[in-house]
Amino acid sequence: MIAGISTIGLGVSIGASLLQLIAVVLGGPLLMGLMVKIRARAEGRIGPPIRQPLLDLRKLASKERIHSEHTSVVFAVAPIALVASVAVAIAITPLVSTFPVLGRSADLFVVVFLILSGSVALALAGLDSGTAFGGMGSSRAMTIGALAEPALLVAMLALSIQAGSSNLPEIVSSTLAHPGWIASPERLLSFVALLIVVISETGRIPVDNPSTHLELTMVHEAMTLEYAGPELGLVLLGQAMRLGFLFALVANLFFPWGIASGSNPAGFLLGTVILGAKTVVLVTGVELIAISTAKLRLFRVPELLTGGFVLAVLAVVTGLVTR
Amino acid sequence: MSGSSFSQMLELASGAVLVCAILTLWRSDLHAITSILSLQGVSLGVVAGALAAHTHDGALAATAAVVLVVKGSVIPMLIRQVVRRVPGGRETSPLINVPASLVGASFLIVLAYLASSKITALSSAAATRLAPIGVATVLVGFLVLVTRRKTVSQIIGLLLIDNGVALVAFLLTAGVPLVVELGVSLDVLLVVAVLRVLATSMGTVSGAFDLDKMQELHD
Repeated sequence: MIAGISTIGLGVSIGASLLQLIAVVLGGPLLMGLMVKIRARAEGRIGPPIRQPLLDLRKLASKERIHSEHTSVVFAVAPIALVASVAVAIAITPLVSTFPVLGRSADLFVVVFLILSGSVALALAGLDSGTAFGGMGSSRAMTIGALAEPALLVAMLALSIQAGSSNLPEIVSSTLAHPGWIASPERLLSFVALLIVVISETGRIPVDNPSTHLELTMVHEAMTLEYAGPELGLVLLGQAMRLGFLFALVANLFFPWGIASGSNPAGFLLGTVILGAKTVVLVTGVELIAISTAKLRLFRVPELLTGGFVLAVLAVVTGLVTR
Repeated sequence: MSGSSFSQMLELASGAVLVCAILTLWRSDLHAITSILSLQGVSLGVVAGALAAHTHDGALAATAAVVLVVKGSVIPMLIRQVVRRVPGGRETSPLINVPASLVGASFLIVLAYLASSKITALSSAAATRLAPIGVATVLVGFLVLVTRRKTVSQIIGLLLIDNGVALVAFLLTAGVPLVVELGVSLDVLLVVAVLRVLATSMGTVSGAFDLDKMQELHD
């Protein structure tokens, strides 16, 4: 399967990766818009249009760059580091095609650490401005991240036991070849664990409320409070890309149908459309759960994430036992 | 039912039984726990149903229907009536907190897997491979019984144990006789009904649904 990279051709792989990047850069903000729209509809409001996040990004991009005089180079570099790390993760992960460029290096550890490095960049930026809110947000985000990232890693490890490899394209293409794996107990456990982690990593309702700016509750917003203009746009884009990437990754790891496994351009387009449909279904499900729950108190969040981590560990153990 | 879709169905349903067992430890909302228990009963019924369809066993199919009705809807309904009387409807004071009990559960489940490794070595059939999940559910049920103090949680722990035993029985014996399953299901139903009455009268006598409040005898 990995050997297929040589037969597929580098040009096609690069094309697939570019397509993935474009799909997530446009799709991530649209998914955010969709979540806002679903919530608004559930509350009986009409809500902003689904493309509102994209319009916001365009507006922010045309604004003037402003830096506080107390910030260092970290503050300026962090948004770029965030977007770049997520972009690399998107390019090498099998989202539209099972043969992305550098697919051989797309180990699950690499991808998790790419995501983590983006979070760390943002946390450093929050500390860099020296404001009370920034530091508080960074400390909270790192507390949550320290619990969520291991769960993400272990939950994906459960899938790699079945496939016999920690390489993501390998996991996805061998799941495609063995549809019987999809209904196994370890996948069920790992799916629940990954959903919890994705909700916390993307800052959705039980963990963090993306629409609040109340000092007691905000986590992700507190870190980015000092940003304005194009850099705020980059941070928001990075967060939207991360949301789109994580949902697309979960969708493909558990329901890999429709992903392009050849070099046919029509297959790529079909793969993109199906990926979009899968993520929309997943996001709708998550948002419907989020609507019916209240935001957890910050000190209750570790409880939720411990649950996710335990489920992930059990997924690995169950995978080893019932193999 | 073809071989692969049979084992998929079996794996998914047994996995759901275990996930439900862990979720009962995790949630403190008794209404939610009752719904989870109902889902677990349905999954158990699906396990029995899949086995019945695979072996073309009419008696087992009847057992599956009994399990589906009794554990999927009747028992949860009875519990819901008790939950409605509990003020707040939450498990407020477990002896060990939720993260600790989750970690404890993961140790217990690993223990269950290790203990039943001799069983899984007997055969490579899907049903035998999944038997440790039933043992794990039993142990999680014990944990709920030991650490949760509300009467409703006690009933739920008892039912978790029963569901785990039933899962092991279905998976390993390819179906207990209808008479036995009928007897066990009705027994459990009776126990839940009796516990419900007890819990209700406890609530009216002491005004609380907490076992720790019952420390002295009353004549």
